[in-house]
Parts: sequence; structure tokens; C-alpha cells
Amino acid sequence: MALSRLSSRSNGIIRPFSAAFSRLISTDTTPITIETSLPFTAHLCDPPSRSVESSSQELLDFFRTMALMRRMEIAADSLYKAKLIRGFCHLYDGQEAVAIGMEAAITKKDAIITAYRDHCIFLGRGGSLHEVFSELMGRQAGCSKGKGGSMHFYKKESSFYGGHGIVGAQVPLGCGIAFAQKYNKEEAVTFAMYGDGAANQGQLFEALNISALWDLPAILVCENNHYGMGTAEWRAAKSPSYYKRGDYVPGLKVDGMDAFAVKQACKFAKDHALEKGPIILEMDTYRYHGHSMSDPGSTYRTRDEISGVRQERDPIERIKKLVLSHDLATEKELKDMEKEIRKEVDDAIAKAKDCPMPEPSELFTNVYVKGFGTESFGPDRKEVKAALP
Amino acid sequence: MSSIIHGAGAATALSTFNPVDSKKLVSPSRTNLSVRSQRYIVAGSDASKKKKSFGSGLRVGHSQKLIANAAVATKEADTSASTGHELLLFEALQEGLEEEMDRDANVCVMGEDVGHYGGSYKVTKGLADKFGDLRVLDTPICENAFTGMGIGAAMTGLRPVIEGMNMGFLLLAFNQISNNCGMLHYTSGGQFTIPVVIRGPGGVGRQLGAEHSQRLESYFQSIPGIQMVACSTPYNAKGLMKAAIRSENPVILFEHVLLYNLKEKIPDEEYICNLEEAEMVRPGEHITILTYSRMRYHVMQAAKTLVNKGYDPEVIDIRSLKPFDLHTIGNSVKKTHRVLIVEECMRTGGIGASLTAAINENFHDYLDAPVVCLSSQDVPTPYAGTLEEWTVVQPAQIVTAVEQLCQ
Repeated sequence: MALSRLSSRSNGIIRPFSAAFSRLISTDTTPITIETSLPFTAHLCDPPSRSVESSSQELLDFFRTMALMRRMEIAADSLYKAKLIRGFCHLYDGQEAVAIGMEAAITKKDAIITAYRDHCIFLGRGGSLHEVFSELMGRQAGCSKGKGGSMHFYKKESSFYGGHGIVGAQVPLGCGIAFAQKYNKEEAVTFAMYGDGAANQGQLFEALNISALWDLPAILVCENNHYGMGTAEWRAAKSPSYYKRGDYVPGLKVDGMDAFAVKQACKFAKDHALEKGPIILEMDTYRYHGHSMSDPGSTYRTRDEISGVRQERDPIERIKKLVLSHDLATEKELKDMEKEIRKEVDDAIAKAKDCPMPEPSELFTNVYVKGFGTESFGPDRKEVKAALP
Repeated sequence: MSSIIHGAGAATALSTFNPVDSKKLVSPSRTNLSVRSQRYIVAGSDASKKKKSFGSGLRVGHSQKLIANAAVATKEADTSASTGHELLLFEALQEGLEEEMDRDANVCVMGEDVGHYGGSYKVTKGLADKFGDLRVLDTPICENAFTGMGIGAAMTGLRPVIEGMNMGFLLLAFNQISNNCGMLHYTSGGQFTIPVVIRGPGGVGRQLGAEHSQRLESYFQSIPGIQMVACSTPYNAKGLMKAAIRSENPVILFEHVLLYNLKEKIPDEEYICNLEEAEMVRPGEHITILTYSRMRYHVMQAAKTLVNKGYDPEVIDIRSLKPFDLHTIGNSVKKTHRVLIVEECMRTGGIGASLTAAINENFHDYLDAPVVCLSSQDVPTPYAGTLEEWTVVQPAQIVTAVEQLCQ
């Protein structure tokens, strides 16, 4: 029954050898082995195997969560155009496989830190749609109380450290988190993510040097979507082999549009980092939108290129094909799932729109730990003067 | 473990201080040294009478009475000075750091040459042997990265003390200090606290050259979310170091290259100085002189001359550069109605400039004369000794300014 769909697959997924014929969508954990589409390229280490252990539940989970992420980003696009989201909004659609694959390989004790393209990673770390949309629209219920915005999502309980506007600066922070993990003997690792544009920042090499010197469990993940805003990677980097740039630090190049390759690589990296110290992962991925909502994304690349990647390498399509070929769901069931997701996202947006803006007094809270000002009183010690100094 | 939190600080009168030669900073006569009292009530508390015009009415007799008051305060407090131990300022910093590292395993030190070398100014001497390489970390030369790492570690709960070998080097880490250190608590909606201490020596030294004589407090003062303090005596150095480490906010502790060898007797028992409080160095009636760090000693030198000429300056070491202790400063302004600020920052955009604005905004009605601010010249610090001396404020200029203000 499953074999009838094989003809529609064109991207070389090798026929699975244990087909799960069950149609139960949610709880089947029968193991499935999936081959990654491309081999890994390694630098100073042995690449992991191309066969990834998975299960039908995981496959469907992947599909569902990635579809949710995609839908969320597209909804954010409309909200931005409706001027409900202002400022900078950097969308992640196309790159969902990186967030999903990484989450599948690690626990919530492992830390992730990234730059400003953080909506989907926040979601992957356990954030809710309501928090995302509220924060994007600057409402009270946002994950940073509306004071951070698109570029400042954080979730302390899930070890998600943000959310940073100045690219490159999050990598030393990430190495510091890895240092703390080693200091406290936590057996956890930190994934410090950055893009191909930020890969040219000097502080990355500084941080990498220290991490390698002190054997910190830091994993540097370069999400190479081939464009640093408007500058293609070949115009910005003399050596576009970002996984080799660690020189003395091992690296691995991964097909970032294949969630299973990402999962395998992250698992491999975690084991490596805990034993031997830092490692660099380069995720070869692509973003469909421009750099941010202010960038049309078509002045420095052709529309053919974008649609070409969408046809051949789209991460959700890949998972969809896998699901269908393993007979885990029918086309209709998947479409229904997508409709459900769409509704979920619309509901979350509606709920976030109803949420109030932050109180004026919130302007001064959280500047210091005790609110605002470390108690600078007026001259008669009676009124607290918020204006400092 | 009893811990005494002292409100106001010491009134240190270094009678034979010679500003030119820092080697002679050890005061030979200890009898004048008054140790802090518990709650320092401003001597001459007839501020309530609010005599607005001192104008031409400078009465020499009045000032003599006040000095006598100060002497009385000295003698009272002197009984507590019998216990305690004498040490140099860098040793006081080290003691504070060591005590905090003993107390809390999360405190660690990172910086260049802080470990095996013992610190370029010996502040971290011996700590690496005692606490090991994981708690006293020798970093490579990459201020941007290791400051970032300290901040990242602080996000998880560690309490790093980050040393800039010279404060000027921290300019390379400005992005980390401004954006991450200062702002993360706010942009994360309060989820993360950054309890770091960033410390190091700054200020104009002995012909160290322009790039090694920088005063970074003026550059950092606008960063929201941080606190800045400047220590000036062994007593407040240790107290402020401990308070800074225990504070949940990021604190930048400014030390001065020339003050590391100051000697003073400090209490044996544990104490902490209040981070936001200014220190009353010398109470007075005629004019308020606000200063911090090394300029405190120039001011005290000038104060000696002024007292001989019949003036009675009130000297306050503001200590807390961000936020300003407007309470202490305000009380003083209400009493004396004249303010002179003496600082080592540049004229443009320095701490003095902000303080002048703050005083004018808040205490305008109490001022009899415009606020005068003496700062360093807006030049890169030259190498030649004579030129360097003219870059910073000297006691003679302070005396002249007070005389002009008090006319």
C-alpha cells in the first residue's frame, strides 16, 4: 500500500524498510529509520552515520510543529503589513528544519542562544503562540512583557537565552553559558547560533579560542542561508566553508533543510562537546523571506532561485513526503492538520490583539532588579524620584 | 557571622598628603585618622535655620567651632579604631574578593593575568592558588569575548568578577557592556539578572600615555541598567567590592591606578558599604565640594589650605557615580548653598556635567551661586610630566575656585 506513493518522490529518499501501516496519528513509537538526503561533510572528525532513528510519532510531530512554525511566520508577515508589528521582524520560514531537528536531539537543560531570527526557536523551546504574538505586537502578555520585541524572545525555564539584536555578540554569551554549565558540572551543552553574516565577527573566534582552550561544552551553529542581509556569502567571506573556520576545532557541514540530518548532527555534536570540547556545525539552509520585513528579498537574488529551493528542498514538503510514504497519514489528514494549525494561529492572534498594552509604569520596571533606580530618593526622602541622576 | 553595614564612610584626613608623589601616601600620624561612626549625623545640624546668605558674612569663629566638632567626632570614634588591621588598598580589594569567593561558590574572577600572574596590580594575588583555575580564570586578550562570556555565565546564575587590566581596554567590550550587560534584564522582561562586577583601574596615572589614562565613567554613565561606583580608600574599596559582588545588578567598580598603595586601618569584622550612598569626608558649612576617586585627595589637600584661610568646606566623596546619592548631596546643598564639583573626567560629558545638571534641576532654589565644575582638560593625556599635571585638577585650582565661589 505504501509503495504506490513511491513514484511521487523525487529527492532520493531511500525506501524505508519497516513501514508502519498503522493509521493512528498520535502515539505510535515504532522505530523508523530514515536516511539523510545528503552525506555529512566533516572537518577534523568522523562524520556520523546517515541513518537516523526516528518513530512515526516523531515524524508527525515534526510535520505538525514545522507547519505551525511556517504558519506563524506567514501570519507575522501579514500582521507586519497591517502595521500591528513594527520595527524589525526577521522571519524564519524555510529554516524550520534547523529548529525542529535541534530540539529533537536535546533536552530543555541544554541551552540555546541565537540572534534575532528567534521566533521559531522560541516556539520549539516550549513558547506558546500567544506569547509570541503578544510580544510581537508589544502587549503585556508577551514573553518579555512587550518590552523586548521581535528580537528579544527569552525563556529562562527552557534554557532559551534569546534573542539578540547585535549579531555576533550572542556567541561569547553562549560560550559563557557553556562555561557556567561546566562550572556547575551540569552535563549539558550550549548551542550558540549565528548566521553566515555574523560568522565574520571577530568575537566568534575569540570565544572559540577560549572555548577550545578551556574545553567548554559549546557548539557553534552557523545557519548558513547564504545571504547576510543583502550580501551573498561569496561577497562577504573569503572562505565560505564555515564549518572549517574553526581551524583547530572540528566541524560538520549539514543539510539544514533536512530535519533528520539536523537531528543527527546535533546529537553527534552534543556527545562530542561533552567529551572533547567545542565543535562547529554549519547548517546549509535557506530563507524564503527577505532578511527582514523591510527587505523584499528579491534585489539580490532571483525569484527563480527562491521558488527553486522551495520546490526541491522545502523541509516541510520533505517531511510530508516521508509521512505519506510511510503511510502515517493521508493527504486529506495532513490538510486537515494544516487547517487546524491555521485556526490555532488565527485564534492566538485574535487573543493577542485583545491583550492590553503594558502599563506606563512598566517603562521603569526591570531596569534594575528592584524595579527602577536603586532607590534614589528626592531630597526629603519622601518621594522616589524616578529621573536619574 | 556578624556583618556590620555602615551607612556613611570614613572621614580620612591625610595631613601630610603630597599630591605629586604617590609613594608618600602613607600618613605618618595616625591620631587624626577617624574611623567611621555608625550613622553620621552632619555636625552643625542647624541646617534647619536655613541661613541663606553667607555672602560677606564669613565668620572665622564659626568655622573654628565646626572644626572642633569634627575633632570631637574623631575622638569618639577613635575608641573603635584600636582593633582592626592595616593594609594597602589593593590588599583591601583582594580581601573583599577573597571573602566573597569563600562565601559564595558562584563567584569567579576572569581577566587577563589574574590567575597565575596574580593580577597586574596584585588585586587577585594568591587567589588562583587558593581557588583553582576554574574560579580564577586567565583569559586570552579578547575583552569583547570574555566580557560577553562573563555576562552569559551571569545569565545562568554565576557571579563573575570581570577585570579589565586597564579600564580603557574595556572599550573593546562596550557592546557587551551596553547591550547585553545593561539591557538584558529589561529586554527579557525580568527573566534574567546579570550579577556581574566589572572592575579595573582607570584614571590618569604617572605618565602612562593617552590610551592608558582613560576615564571610562563618562562613557558608561548613560547605559541604563548598570550601577557605577568609584572607590577611594581601602575601607570603601573593600566594602564596595563586597557590595558589588552581592548586588543583583551589574556594577562597574572604578579603581584608580594611583590609589592602590594607600594604607589604612580597616575593621577586622565583616562590613559592606552601601553602593548608592555618598561618603561624608569632612563636614562643613560654607561650600559643598563633591568629588570622587583620586580627586578626593586633591580636594582634601586644598581643604587644608582653605581651612587655614578661614573657609569651612564640606567635602563629600560621592562614591556612587550612577545613581547619584541626591539625598546626601541635597542635604549638603541645602546647608551650604554653594557647590563645587571636582572630578577627573573630561569637561565634556563627564560625571561632573551630569551632576551639575542634576543639582541644578533638583536644588536650584537652594543655590546662592552657580554650580562650578572643575574637570580635566578635554585633551588626550600627554606623556610629558608637566603637561600631564596640567591636564588634571590641582589643589591650587580648587582653592582658587572656592575663594571665588565664596565671595
